[in-house]
Amino acid sequence: MTTLLGGRRAQPTTARRQAASATGQSAGPVTHVLLCLLALFALGPLVIFVFSALKSQSELASSPLSVPSAPRWGNFLNAWQQANMGAGLANSAIVVGGTVAGVCVIAGGAAYALARLELPGGGGYLSYLLVSSSLPPQMFLVPLFYLWTRIGLYDSLFGLIVIYCGLFSPFATLLLRAFLLTIPRELEEAARIDGAGELRLLLRVVLPVAAPGFLTVALVTALSAYNEFLIAVTFIQDSARLPLSTTFFSFQQGYTQDYTLIGAAGLIMVLPMLLLFLALQRRFIEGVSSAGLAGV
Amino acid sequence: MSAAIAARRRRGLIGWAFMLPLVAVNALVVLGPSLAAVYFSLTDWSGIGRAHWVGLDNYRELASDPDFGTALWHNLLWTAFFLVVPMAMGLFGAFALTRIRRGRLLLRVVYFVPYIVASVVTSAIWKNLLSPDLGIGRMLHVNVLGNIHLALPAVEIVNNWAWWGFLVVVFLAAMRDVNPNLYEAAALDGAGTFGQFWHVTLPSIRPTFLFLGLMTIIWSFLSFDYVYVLTQGGPAGSTDLLSTLLYRDAFAELRAGYASAIGVVMALISAVVVVGYLAVRKRKDWTV
Repeated sequence: MTTLLGGRRAQPTTARRQAASATGQSAGPVTHVLLCLLALFALGPLVIFVFSALKSQSELASSPLSVPSAPRWGNFLNAWQQANMGAGLANSAIVVGGTVAGVCVIAGGAAYALARLELPGGGGYLSYLLVSSSLPPQMFLVPLFYLWTRIGLYDSLFGLIVIYCGLFSPFATLLLRAFLLTIPRELEEAARIDGAGELRLLLRVVLPVAAPGFLTVALVTALSAYNEFLIAVTFIQDSARLPLSTTFFSFQQGYTQDYTLIGAAGLIMVLPMLLLFLALQRRFIEGVSSAGLAGV
Repeated sequence: MSAAIAARRRRGLIGWAFMLPLVAVNALVVLGPSLAAVYFSLTDWSGIGRAHWVGLDNYRELASDPDFGTALWHNLLWTAFFLVVPMAMGLFGAFALTRIRRGRLLLRVVYFVPYIVASVVTSAIWKNLLSPDLGIGRMLHVNVLGNIHLALPAVEIVNNWAWWGFLVVVFLAAMRDVNPNLYEAAALDGAGTFGQFWHVTLPSIRPTFLFLGLMTIIWSFLSFDYVYVLTQGGPAGSTDLLSTLLYRDAFAELRAGYASAIGVVMALISAVVVVGYLAVRKRKDWTV
């Protein structure tokens, strides 16, 4: 369990470069064709979705897969108004912001304790975190639902944020702990000898060095919270409080059968995350792949 | 001596003070409700009002409930699909990307884009594509999501569309740590591209491969969004999974006790998988 997420960053990058150059020779034409087919599989459905968002209903019905003859940008405005996307976006901003802030505080403190303070029973709690993050949310969904109605957190964005913090902080803790383990301790020891308390140490010395780790955690958490559906659809009822995932869902399931507007609304939902991803793709991919390497 | 013990105890207390928010929110959201679910699974609770103790009745009913059997079978098919198709696509994609000279970074981004699309939007994208009036469904003259034989594979493909790029990215990260000398040695021994993949790449990334296999099994039992949005378990229960069955029992049929029993069974399956994984990882020759 102590190897959880450990030592990934310690790999010398020169070895990676050598690996890339030593193996970067021998792909044949079949490989290139297959890679292009995979790219087509990834982007094709998205491109057709963008096309459908820019058509009129009659054009979509007569030629559903083609390039729009005259792009109707007004579809986006109609979708924005009819699907109530503005309110959804505002609610999602609150939920994502609150969840990211909460997870960074909760996981930051816990990761610091697990990585730096000799915590009695810390190893056992790490194992518990691994098990707890593999429990199906459906298992505790029902009791949680009735607990939330009883303590007044049902149908509130704050209640949703608390659940997301509970769901996302174990993984964030494992990620940040691994990051802290790669940072040398000398700075902290020096500050400790100067008589700094632990909280001061964490905020003044560790936090600035650990900022890239926190950024990674923030991105992964933001993506999860923004896209989350099961908890949102269960715990938020009031249409004025719906985050985007459920705003879009109710628009799609609602009376409208206008697929052009559904397309436009879907693109409005995807756009913020897509832009964030394209702007910070390296950190994004690094964070998400460390999710996959977490057990190594 | 006692001063040293006191100092250590004090540092331990400070440590747990830093842990407190995590422990508290986890207990409130995950641990407490999970323990409650175990209790409610032994009652006839409707979700409202009082719960009456019924012992193992819910579990006995599960054992003979055809809906549960069908959903479990669909989950097993689902797991098998995700262990084979996306794993193969991810391994091939990542390995091929290490072998091309140009466009590696671009293709990695392209493959990864569907992963960041929200599940509700992914469902909408494919609902249009598969609909009998628009797109592929019209070309093939078939209502894919309304066909009891095609609906489950179709939803699996939709879920996979948003999933396999993640595997490419993770496998690629693991493959870049493979010692390049091993490839040279294998090439000298006459190994072709596939031989190098089989004898060098795959053994070198075994920890990642195993972990993703584990996560695939666990996550495949949690799949919910795509079925819920695309088919609601239909037509005629042909896409029902344990998660959608549980959801319906809990919130539509008001059988919270019975739904809790399904949840406990799902948790037990996860637990078996995790314990098996930890046991495999403990064997020294597997941890590299």
